[in-house]
Amino acid sequence: MENQDRPILEVNTNLYRTILLVLVAVFLCYTYVVYTTKTETDIPQMTEEALRGQILWQENNCTACHQFYGLGGYLGPDLTNIISTENKGPQYVKAFLNSGIKVMPKFNFSEAEMEEIVAFLTYVDGTGYFPNKQARLKNTGWVELKYKKTRNE
Amino acid sequence: MNKKIPIAFVVAALCVLIGGALVGVLAAIQYLEPTFLKETLPFNRLREIHVTSAISWIVLSATGGVYFYITKELGHQIFSGKLAVFHLILFILTGLGIYISIFTGNMGGREYLTFLPVLMIPILLGWIVFGVNYFKTLLANVKGWPVYLWMWGTGIVFMVFHLCEANLWIFDHFRMNFVRDLTVQWKSYGSFTGSWNMLVYGTAIFLMARIKKDENVARTKIAFFFYFLGLTNLMFGWAHHIYPVPSQAWIRYLAYAISMTEWLVLGYMLTNWIKSLSAKEKKENFFPYRLLVITDIWVFGNVLMAVLISIPAINHYSHGSHITVAHSMGTTIGINTPILLASATFMCSCINEMILEKMQKTLSYGLALFNISLIVFLASLIIAGSIKGQWMYSENSAFYSVLTEQIKPYIRYFLFAGIGVFVGVTIVAAPVLKFMTAKLREA
Repeated sequence: MENQDRPILEVNTNLYRTILLVLVAVFLCYTYVVYTTKTETDIPQMTEEALRGQILWQENNCTACHQFYGLGGYLGPDLTNIISTENKGPQYVKAFLNSGIKVMPKFNFSEAEMEEIVAFLTYVDGTGYFPNKQARLKNTGWVELKYKKTRNE
Repeated sequence: MNKKIPIAFVVAALCVLIGGALVGVLAAIQYLEPTFLKETLPFNRLREIHVTSAISWIVLSATGGVYFYITKELGHQIFSGKLAVFHLILFILTGLGIYISIFTGNMGGREYLTFLPVLMIPILLGWIVFGVNYFKTLLANVKGWPVYLWMWGTGIVFMVFHLCEANLWIFDHFRMNFVRDLTVQWKSYGSFTGSWNMLVYGTAIFLMARIKKDENVARTKIAFFFYFLGLTNLMFGWAHHIYPVPSQAWIRYLAYAISMTEWLVLGYMLTNWIKSLSAKEKKENFFPYRLLVITDIWVFGNVLMAVLISIPAINHYSHGSHITVAHSMGTTIGINTPILLASATFMCSCINEMILEKMQKTLSYGLALFNISLIVFLASLIIAGSIKGQWMYSENSAFYSVLTEQIKPYIRYFLFAGIGVFVGVTIVAAPVLKFMTAKLREA
């Protein structure tokens, strides 16, 4: 580099290459475990109907406005437990889907499609809680989540 | 390589920056007044255009910078100029394809990657082409790589990895188990942001070395220590995004431990660099220097926020609220954008030494407006997020409309501040865009 006053420092390439290789190896093992590990709760496989509901969810980009587990857009409410929430549930969801409101677009789903979306939301509802009101906060800063159903139950 | 290629990348980046910021303002208006543009451009498209533009700004400007610095500043002959042209054309055409996909409502519906999944193929191809050009150019020609070359290379490789991982949902093993799908989705997003941060922070360190005229900035042991610390965060620290998701607890424990080191990386390096910079060097590179100083201030703000919301007990209330948005926007607008604007203005000064002096007054006004607006912008989001956090665990949390009314005044401040950020960014970016466009047109 022009105007470089101080002598250029040597870079210990071999050492850094070794550290990088070790990190990458650990990362690949970790990735494999994350991909294959069982989840904390005993979650059933998604049904075909729920899967079609998920496709509709994605095709209409519902995540732009709604969240699952707090992940998504904030224009509309989190829908993780919309099916099991008191005074809500499948009929409530269907009523919103095709009537639309000031905030939400008016969709034109068939009855079968609405059933599929409800099946998907019912499946998601069975996976856990959000917000997790029964979670226990520990002194260490950790939060012990309340699960819907653990593997040991 | 045609010297216009890096400039073309940055021109495209500045266009999406200004356009994306404008769309952000429109989305904020719609957030406040949902009937606004609802029939022509509903929120589920408007938000995605904004997000895509923000990501494109970061990726395109960082890529343009890397090509420019390798060839013009470091003086290497690029492995294949034709591949670089192919890379540019591929990214521009894919970008257009993404906008068409979103505008017409043909979406894949995955957060951040809303466009049709098939468009992933050319994006992936573009990154592979970039990687081939990058490593073929540098591996044989440079011994003892400075840290910024390691960072750029890491960013490219992990971007390819992320793009593959983000599409694993198409396989039943992931898709049929919602919690596993969500976990892997956010794991890939950790690599995604980590990868572009490697490209952007590598650029910041390159600029520091150039402005200080001391290559050792990028060769010290401490620089490499922080590089590896950043890489560890990229690999294992992503799960703070999914603390409430019932994935295996050990994944979250690990992320908690690793996240505590997050963001100290750049803050430490910038602070030490600014302290050691002489007045002469500051004056010679006045505007790029000021942009990096601003980054330093925003880094500290974001370090504090990132560390706090990575503590599960705090995250329990902040997750799913506007505080998360304040953190992500604080990072992209407050940290990445000034670094990339510093890079673009530095490129201008490399092409024409006097150009920044001519622009200085305008750029300074824009920068001041940008920073003042951003303070109000983020403060509004943090207050709105605190209200939402409280609301989520309250008795009446069943009624979303209650929350919407409560946070409305702060969303109004957020909108006005957003207009300020947009105008400020445009005042800075427009003269740079004008200058670079003129260079592109030159024979």
